[in-house]
Amino acid sequence: MITISKINETLFGKKLKVINLGLESFAEDLKRQGVKVVEVDWKPPAKGKKELLDLLDKLEAIK
Amino acid sequence: MIVKTLVKKNAYYDSVTLMIITNDIKKLDGVEEVLVGMGTEHNISLAKDLGLFTKELEDVTANDLIISMKVKDEGVFSEAVSKVEELLSAKQEEEESEEVKPQSIDSAMDANPDANLVLISVPGQFAAREARKALMGDRHVHLFSDNVTIEEELELKKLAHERGLLVMGPDCGTAIINGVALAFANVVTKGPIGIVAASGTGAQETSTIIAKNGSGITQLIGTGGRDLKESIGGIMMIDGIKALAEDPDTKVILLVSKPPAESVARKVLEVAKDTGKPVVVHFIGGTAELVSEYGLVFSESLEDAALKAVALSKGEAPKDAPEFSIPEEKVKEIVEKETKGMKPEQKYIRGLYSGGTLCDEAMLFMTREFGGVYSNAPLSPEFKLEDSLKSKEHTVIDLGEDEFTVGRPHPMIDSTLRSERIIAEAKDPEVAVILLDVVLGYGSNPDPAGSLLDAIKKAKKEADADGRYLSIVASVCGTEEDPQPLSEQVAKLESAGVVVMPSNIQAVRMAMKIAKRG
Repeated sequence: MITISKINETLFGKKLKVINLGLESFAEDLKRQGVKVVEVDWKPPAKGKKELLDLLDKLEAIK
Repeated sequence: MIVKTLVKKNAYYDSVTLMIITNDIKKLDGVEEVLVGMGTEHNISLAKDLGLFTKELEDVTANDLIISMKVKDEGVFSEAVSKVEELLSAKQEEEESEEVKPQSIDSAMDANPDANLVLISVPGQFAAREARKALMGDRHVHLFSDNVTIEEELELKKLAHERGLLVMGPDCGTAIINGVALAFANVVTKGPIGIVAASGTGAQETSTIIAKNGSGITQLIGTGGRDLKESIGGIMMIDGIKALAEDPDTKVILLVSKPPAESVARKVLEVAKDTGKPVVVHFIGGTAELVSEYGLVFSESLEDAALKAVALSKGEAPKDAPEFSIPEEKVKEIVEKETKGMKPEQKYIRGLYSGGTLCDEAMLFMTREFGGVYSNAPLSPEFKLEDSLKSKEHTVIDLGEDEFTVGRPHPMIDSTLRSERIIAEAKDPEVAVILLDVVLGYGSNPDPAGSLLDAIKKAKKEADADGRYLSIVASVCGTEEDPQPLSEQVAKLESAGVVVMPSNIQAVRMAMKIAKRG
């Protein structure tokens, strides 16, 4: 059974390290505050096509 | 005028980068309308609305960059396109000088087992799947993206709850974790107060007032505005409260939300009571009875909530915040000065807000005083403006609503629309006061007050030329440690004749006193 204290142990009790997906300005702001940031070179998956995206999700679920 | 489009296949840029470029291009001579964006369904329909649709847009994908313009002639178009390319290549060079970035959230998590939070601001239709991956990878999530369905929100929050993780959002603008400001948040000193907020600017206003009054915060957990709706049931607010209850540094808990459904409110208040810590509750516009029933501290306004939390953090008994924190004499003096040159027909307040909850607070207190306030996002439907661009009697506008932010940055970043509206309101001879919020902090415009000054000066000058005195009242939500220091921002506004009050509620009260002549 996982408890709420996991939030305290893994987030409040640890140094913040952020993975950023999306707006680069948010990553810049975090770096300015001295936070370690991993920026993902994010692009819309499946070229943003809904049908392909659903298919991709199904494949990933099988994996 | 001609409409021309250029499509660049497989060239992805984020929306803020492209909005900034769009704004730069709009300023060029001979350019009437422009859209620089990714080929998403949303942008294609926006192109249609703007009269920019051409056949090149029939077969684009979300990975293609589209540059569409209505321009004077071919020469202007090619000049504008070169400018776009110049701005994009500057961006590209900046990126190429940086280290290689992981291509997916999975590879980022694999390579960084110590990363404990994923901040997601990708377009809404893609956001839930990325958040799901983050949770399955055992990371906490700050989901800034909006346009995530309520079904997806419920699924993500249930998953997070089962795994003992936080999902802050969707549509969560503000969080402060371990002293770090995430997305739109202020630099707030550390201290003994923990906040859980279902409101972005509500969280900014309370956290900055706490800091300005000599206390500070442990954590500011955002939940997204829908968390306390019946369909979500307050999952994250409840888990947030429990986490703060276990946190030894948190001595006082502050809850901020729009009024929840009573069943959800009772669940939340029960958990809050069980923490055994003092809890201040601000359900915006809510009543004292329910909160008092659980032995918790009720608060009337965002400022009142913050000050009561500060009192409790210092071991003092919480008392109701005064109407004004400046001396009564000073209030009278300001009202006299501001009303002296007004004509009798100048009766109305026009609130132009960038912060949704600050806007709600203004409407709530103005409704109590005047019986009703028109808005694009009114408290009750009969006060909905027919045309959001045309104010009527007392009007308060939320410029952060979707209708104003399609294809352009939020008013906290880009003050163009608000500046135009300030000037438009100044032309109305019945307007006594223009009421503004100025929100500082990370995420906001680098100089929010400065970006409004030209419009403020012009508005005052135009009213003056018409023989009227126009009062402009504002509050600044921020701290001295913000990237835009508070005192500098206040000084800029005051130099243009703006009355700057220490909080939103005090600015609202001052505007009402001026409109009523005391």
